[in-house]
Amino acid sequence: MKIKAQIGMVLNLDKCIGCHTCSVTCKNTWTNRPGAEYMWFNNVETKPGVGYPKRWEDEDKYHGGWTLNAKGKLQLRAGNKLNKIALGKIFYNNDMPEMDNYYEPWTYDYKTLFGPERKHQPVARPKSQVTGETMELKTGPNWDDDLAGSTEYVHQDPNMQKIESDIKNNFKQAFMMYLPRLCEHCLNAPCVASCPSGAMYKRDEDGIVLVDQERCRGWRFCMTGCPYKKVYFNWRTHKAEKCTFCYPRIEEGQPTVCAETCVGRIRYIGALLYDADRVEEAASTPDESKLYEAQLRLFLDPNDPKVVKQALKDGISEEMIEAAQKSPIYKMAVEEKIAFPLHPEYRTMPMVWYIPPLSPVMSYFEGRDSIKNPEMIFPGIDQMRIPVQYLASLLTGGNVPLVKNALYKLAMMRLYMRAKTSGQDFDTSKLERVGLTEASATSLYRLLAIAKYEDRFVIPRSQKAELEDAQSEQGGLGYDECEGCALAPQHTSMFKKAEAGKSTNEIYAESFYGGIWRD
Amino acid sequence: MKSRFFNKVEKFNGTFTQLEENNRRWEKLYRQRWAHDKVVRTTHGVNCTGSCSWNVYVKQGIITWEHQATDYPSCGANIPGYEPRGCPRGASFSWYEYSPVRIKYPYIRGRLWEMWSAAKKEHENLLDAWASIVEDPKKAKEYKSVRGHGGLVRVHRDEALELIAAACLYTIKKYGPDRIGGFTPIPAMSMMSFSAGARFIALLGGEQMSFYDWYADLPPASPQIWGEQTDVPESAEWYNSSYIIMWGSNVPLTRTPDAHFMTEARYKGAKVVAVSPDYAENVKFADDWLAPHPGSDSAVAQAMTYVILDEFYQKHPVDRFINYSKQYTDLPFAVELEPSVANADHLTAGRFVRINDLVADDTIVNPAWKTVVYDKNSHQFVVPNGTMGQKYDPKEKWNLELKDAAGNSINPALSITESGDVSQAVIDFPAFSNDGNDVVVRHIPVRKIQFADGQEHLVTNVYDLMMAQMGINRTGHDELAAKDAHDANSYFTPAWQESRSGVKADQVIQIAREFAQNAAENDGASMVIMGGGVNHWFNADMNYRTIINMLMLCGCIGKTGGGWAHYVGQEKLRPQEGWANITFANDWEKGGARQMQGTTWYYFATDQWRYEEIDNQAQKSPVWKSKHSYLHNADYNQLAIRLGWLPSYPQFNRNPLSFAKDYQTTDIVKISQRVVDELKKGSLHFAAEDPDASENQPKAFFLWRSNLFASSGKGAEYFMKHLLGAENGLLAKPNDRRKPEEMVWHDKAAVGKLDLVVDMDFRMVSTPMYSDVVLPAATWYEKKDLSSTDMHPFIHPFNDAISPMWESKSDWQQFKLLAKTFSQMAAKYYPGTHYDLKSAPLGHDTPGEIAQPYGDVKDWKKGEVEPVPGKTMPSLKLVPRDYSQVYDKFITLGPNVVNNYPYDVQDQYDYLKDMNGTADQGVGAGCPLLDEDEKVCDAILRMSTASNGKLADRAWHKKEQQTGEHLTDIGRGHADDVMSFKKITAQPQEAYPTPIGTSAKHGGDRYTPFSLMTERKIPNRTLTGREQFYLDHEVFREFGEGLATYKPSLPPIVMAPSDTDVQPAKKEITLKYMTPHGKWNIHTMYYDNLEMLTLFRGVPTVWMSPEDAEKIDIKDNDWVEAYNRNGVVTARAVVSVRMPKGSMYMYHAQDNEIYEPLSTITGNRGGSHNAPTQIHVKPTHMVGGYGQLSYAWNYYGPTGNQRDLYVNVRKLKKVNWSED
Repeated sequence: MKIKAQIGMVLNLDKCIGCHTCSVTCKNTWTNRPGAEYMWFNNVETKPGVGYPKRWEDEDKYHGGWTLNAKGKLQLRAGNKLNKIALGKIFYNNDMPEMDNYYEPWTYDYKTLFGPERKHQPVARPKSQVTGETMELKTGPNWDDDLAGSTEYVHQDPNMQKIESDIKNNFKQAFMMYLPRLCEHCLNAPCVASCPSGAMYKRDEDGIVLVDQERCRGWRFCMTGCPYKKVYFNWRTHKAEKCTFCYPRIEEGQPTVCAETCVGRIRYIGALLYDADRVEEAASTPDESKLYEAQLRLFLDPNDPKVVKQALKDGISEEMIEAAQKSPIYKMAVEEKIAFPLHPEYRTMPMVWYIPPLSPVMSYFEGRDSIKNPEMIFPGIDQMRIPVQYLASLLTGGNVPLVKNALYKLAMMRLYMRAKTSGQDFDTSKLERVGLTEASATSLYRLLAIAKYEDRFVIPRSQKAELEDAQSEQGGLGYDECEGCALAPQHTSMFKKAEAGKSTNEIYAESFYGGIWRD
Repeated sequence: MKSRFFNKVEKFNGTFTQLEENNRRWEKLYRQRWAHDKVVRTTHGVNCTGSCSWNVYVKQGIITWEHQATDYPSCGANIPGYEPRGCPRGASFSWYEYSPVRIKYPYIRGRLWEMWSAAKKEHENLLDAWASIVEDPKKAKEYKSVRGHGGLVRVHRDEALELIAAACLYTIKKYGPDRIGGFTPIPAMSMMSFSAGARFIALLGGEQMSFYDWYADLPPASPQIWGEQTDVPESAEWYNSSYIIMWGSNVPLTRTPDAHFMTEARYKGAKVVAVSPDYAENVKFADDWLAPHPGSDSAVAQAMTYVILDEFYQKHPVDRFINYSKQYTDLPFAVELEPSVANADHLTAGRFVRINDLVADDTIVNPAWKTVVYDKNSHQFVVPNGTMGQKYDPKEKWNLELKDAAGNSINPALSITESGDVSQAVIDFPAFSNDGNDVVVRHIPVRKIQFADGQEHLVTNVYDLMMAQMGINRTGHDELAAKDAHDANSYFTPAWQESRSGVKADQVIQIAREFAQNAAENDGASMVIMGGGVNHWFNADMNYRTIINMLMLCGCIGKTGGGWAHYVGQEKLRPQEGWANITFANDWEKGGARQMQGTTWYYFATDQWRYEEIDNQAQKSPVWKSKHSYLHNADYNQLAIRLGWLPSYPQFNRNPLSFAKDYQTTDIVKISQRVVDELKKGSLHFAAEDPDASENQPKAFFLWRSNLFASSGKGAEYFMKHLLGAENGLLAKPNDRRKPEEMVWHDKAAVGKLDLVVDMDFRMVSTPMYSDVVLPAATWYEKKDLSSTDMHPFIHPFNDAISPMWESKSDWQQFKLLAKTFSQMAAKYYPGTHYDLKSAPLGHDTPGEIAQPYGDVKDWKKGEVEPVPGKTMPSLKLVPRDYSQVYDKFITLGPNVVNNYPYDVQDQYDYLKDMNGTADQGVGAGCPLLDEDEKVCDAILRMSTASNGKLADRAWHKKEQQTGEHLTDIGRGHADDVMSFKKITAQPQEAYPTPIGTSAKHGGDRYTPFSLMTERKIPNRTLTGREQFYLDHEVFREFGEGLATYKPSLPPIVMAPSDTDVQPAKKEITLKYMTPHGKWNIHTMYYDNLEMLTLFRGVPTVWMSPEDAEKIDIKDNDWVEAYNRNGVVTARAVVSVRMPKGSMYMYHAQDNEIYEPLSTITGNRGGSHNAPTQIHVKPTHMVGGYGQLSYAWNYYGPTGNQRDLYVNVRKLKKVNWSED
């Protein structure tokens, strides 16, 4: 056993209002600059839809993530590093998404609005931020928002193609949900494995996956390797960039920007302990629909004294262990199993988890009488507008019962709370049927509904004193930029004198005051 | 790669993973990006009701980004908190700071500037110089006709201010100050900036437009039912609900920062239902979805009301509901029946019975305003406490105790049948349909009573009227009643509504039952979150009243977690008293400001009245006729003006400064008499009777914090043509087949009425483009101000994260400088005191509301009554104006402020003198200074009950005296607390409980409107003192709206017979045209923001269903042209299954300066989303002088509704940009 700590996130899609505040605050903080115009470390997609970049889930095209070879051995779908170098693929990457798969970033000719008098009212037309030319807009990073252009885009959603349902794309059967996406900070990160320069790494202390901006050589295999298409290429610096999980904030115990600014209050951040020695084994589980459960088995009970002992031995800080014990992620993903990883079939062991959404029933339930039968006040899971198969395709490698269990749990919690708040009887055996107790249902309710800032974000601060020479940093931080600055020319003589053995007092007396009065 | 060989490498996970010890110093890169120098708390001054506190990050003097503040005071351990409030639009604001749309300098229209420069050389007197341009039709046309076409030139601020001052002074002197108008939206979002221009205009005597009614955000149903402009729960209160219907309110989109309370309430067990014609974003969260045809909502609500009355009142009466109805609603109040005009032997509902109908007793005060109930204790009709009559009887304590005047306990009979001696009669109710109106015939119990006039009258009550209207079978063998809920032939049943709305009857029955059952079991905790989807219609009050009926019948109003939750641009300005005193300059002259009803001002000023095509006969009742009936809605408006129901500025066809001079007296009694005589004789007219006459036109207009022309300007092309004289896409021709009776008709209407349009903004959008003078405004991150809303209880600030950039200034500083220039010029050209004769309508919450009894129309013009100012016509007042003092008054808080409170505030005024310092010269010497923005904010906070607990405590005491109910405990917790600007900057502060609202909640409980009524027995400010199901005013009965009913949306009109011919396209369809609020902008704000444009399609869009698109060969992202008689808009189609067939959405508010091609129909630039819209004024909204139906600014008045519209849609044949 080798215990590692990982900071993870849960997004409750049942609460997501699809507002994109997360995308905007993230962009303004991190990627609002030349070279990064098209980058959205965090974006929100309407599902069903093609997403950003378009059809990113089509791994037959992009070859992202891992696969098992004939021997059942884990390998990158796009081929391993040595392979690439050997075959010269390093110079030509066939699987790379192109600008059109993202979009050509644009701006507008706003200055026209201040211009001279014209025949008709002036307007600002779009022009490319890449070429500066006037352009017609045909695609963007969120082009099919809220089922816009559903006639074009819904059937192009790879998940829709996968579930092969008879769902009609019409008003009566329309459904939608939102999927906010960021880097998954995978336990088994294919981007790291893809990088020929060794520039990508997963931080030992918190599992955040980063691109070393000094080491990156711009080969872009990480972009292909990532099946979520969450590594981007900066055309100014010619380096890969990606979501940093806001490590400058996480290190201070603050949540990521996307999580803190989430007005739906759907995001939770916390720590997990896992057995790093078993990652490969778990990711090699043959049956795709069993990968999620295999991933769950990696996580260790942070309250188990044996785990705590081993964790301390493996160098995990006490603060991290305490955070793992209070982790909302552990509670939702591991204990209650209502949160799932995105596309576990990519074998990446992603660490951003999603609670599936409830949604209205397809049509009303004929003859239903909720007054006599209060349980019927909420729609049945089987009549949900969002097909459970669709959710399973996103979150469990197609395993429908697992998604259903989570949804049953949410629905039962609502029923229980309804009875409790309106002072009515409730048969608690119904809770047991979905794996809840009165106590766990209540605590789940508080976590999903009330959770205040400090309940949603349980983040250990980084142990700076362990990492760096803290005492010298105390006075030195911020002067980093002057390292290598040249000495002012008039002072070089002083150093020469010092080298020549003159005492400090002498130098001080003759040159410091002298510097003022001598000239 | 080399380094790897030399560093220590540890392998684990088999050999799959390796731990490398590479140097991680590079990680400082992102840490340096994150590092910042300061974080400043400010907010966004956008009309969205959000009022979110934001932290702006400043790095090396540059605003880099903004994140939401998360430090709101807690709502308690068992309710989710307010953090973080915000939305993507707000998050993108910092883009504006350094963007190319930023207005950095003052600008003037080039052609005007050239003329002005030349005129100044020719004329020594600047007023003459201005006259030489605007009074010369050729010159005037030259600069007006190029408005909007570019060609603004940069000038010095002083030059711009000089031109504005000269134009204003000339206009005041020649035409009168009431020819100067000002518009800025919703104050709460940046209240002090609102005050800046409004105070300047008030000191001139110009008119400030209302906005809430103009936006059609005002729900007229609220004053009609409660006598309250609007009062709603804060969003955390949703969490206390156990049954939420989102009805025409797309919560995630329009209430983004609040939406989480709805999603979270579900986990507590609340059921959520969405009523929306499209698969809107909020439907995702609903347990059930009802999709009625757009505009048919009142049919659905009527059917739900049927279910509630049938099952919870008739078959299985719920005590809780009945007791609530008896004490807090008008259901038990007696109503007289009159003969129906539809059937000779049938009856119809008349007016409320008053005590003087029954007894002749001179000792009763205000007997015509005391309505009666049948008391089961004394077995007679009695006046219960709390009616409008008692409100104005100083001897009485005005409350809702169930007692009569003598203090005896009463027990109102819910139904007249409980009074014993009743018989059954046949009654007619109106029913409306676009295929022709109908009469609903029902049985009703009646009682024959001898009135004081000696005659026998038939009396019933409101409850019996409701039961009869719905067709509830009360006897079990009533052949005129509905057989049951599935009786499709009986009006208002669930089966009947299915034919109107398309919603299945069973679904309506189920939701209505659940809704009522939940209210019965959870003390009224059923809530309807209602919004623009039901409120923006011509007959919005029918949608609202039918829905609110359900809430009242189930006893939900005034209950925690229950009631209506109307969120359409309402925005509660919490520190109200201090703000109002400063804004309307009441500190110098109480009532000196002209507060104009926006919709009717635009209706006349933009000449939309000349183009009316709607047949209002179809809106009228087939069962009751009024003697005061008009075919043209503008005639109702004239009636409303001369009877003192609505304000009207410009006022008379004469300069209001001329009366005192011409009559040679400043005695208002003498002046009033002369004015009355002249009006009767016809030698004096209201300006609105002839809005196209030159002397009656508005001449100068100020805009700030506003993009009126594209955002709220319904009938945008009429604005362009008649108000501005600019190029326009108007296809309609005036309708001379239907001229108003009471107005002057010119064959050729005025074009380009405004001589000067001044705009202050920080971004170049359509309003500055169409203005003559543009002044650069400070952004929200560059100034101080105050923000509040009713969505949350906090007051919090704007702060200047950086100083105003380039030549921009805050609105207060800008108007302060203008006031200075203006005052100096006035001292030169127009010195001394001038007396301004100001008219005003009969005011809500003033004795004016008991001026016109019985709801009868008495028209002095027809000789039915004498014109008496303040009684049967507008009141008149003389306001002295010394224009050289405008600046001195602007920058100080005048001493009269202490007289404007019904309790002592002198100590607080004196404190302000020390806090702000005092002026040392001028008329304001010794008064607290208002010269700096922060001082104005502090004055507002200090002088308001919501922010000064000492004042709140005094206000509660005052209210106790008036009502005799114990109230002071409500404010006690804050009796010593006062907010200051610095305090709210440290942390948002929760507003103190104050009697200016209707909530009795305190001690950490969430704001619950009308809980003062249910918990403390404080009456509603209505005729009966209760929530009213029934409105007995003549105009309401004429329009068949005594009781709420179903009225369909207006019939489709795309082009009228005499309008411009449009060449037909091969493929074209007619669609309902609706403009719900969009996801990527707040009005036009953010619509030009690159980040928001990038996150959707970056182009004007219209949404339509695949079926409709296919009919005209449109594919997703194709250009289309949508037009009707009002104008044309070009946009790209978004084809989506989310949309129902037959409807098109053009999300509000897409300005037309972004990526908008020319129209092939007009050859001009395609318009904004407002191009196909038009104002439809509704006569019932004009009623005044009658109880709760009395005018107050933003409180009541015709709404600028814009839903009942249709367009023809076709492919845009040719995409032409015309960039020459």
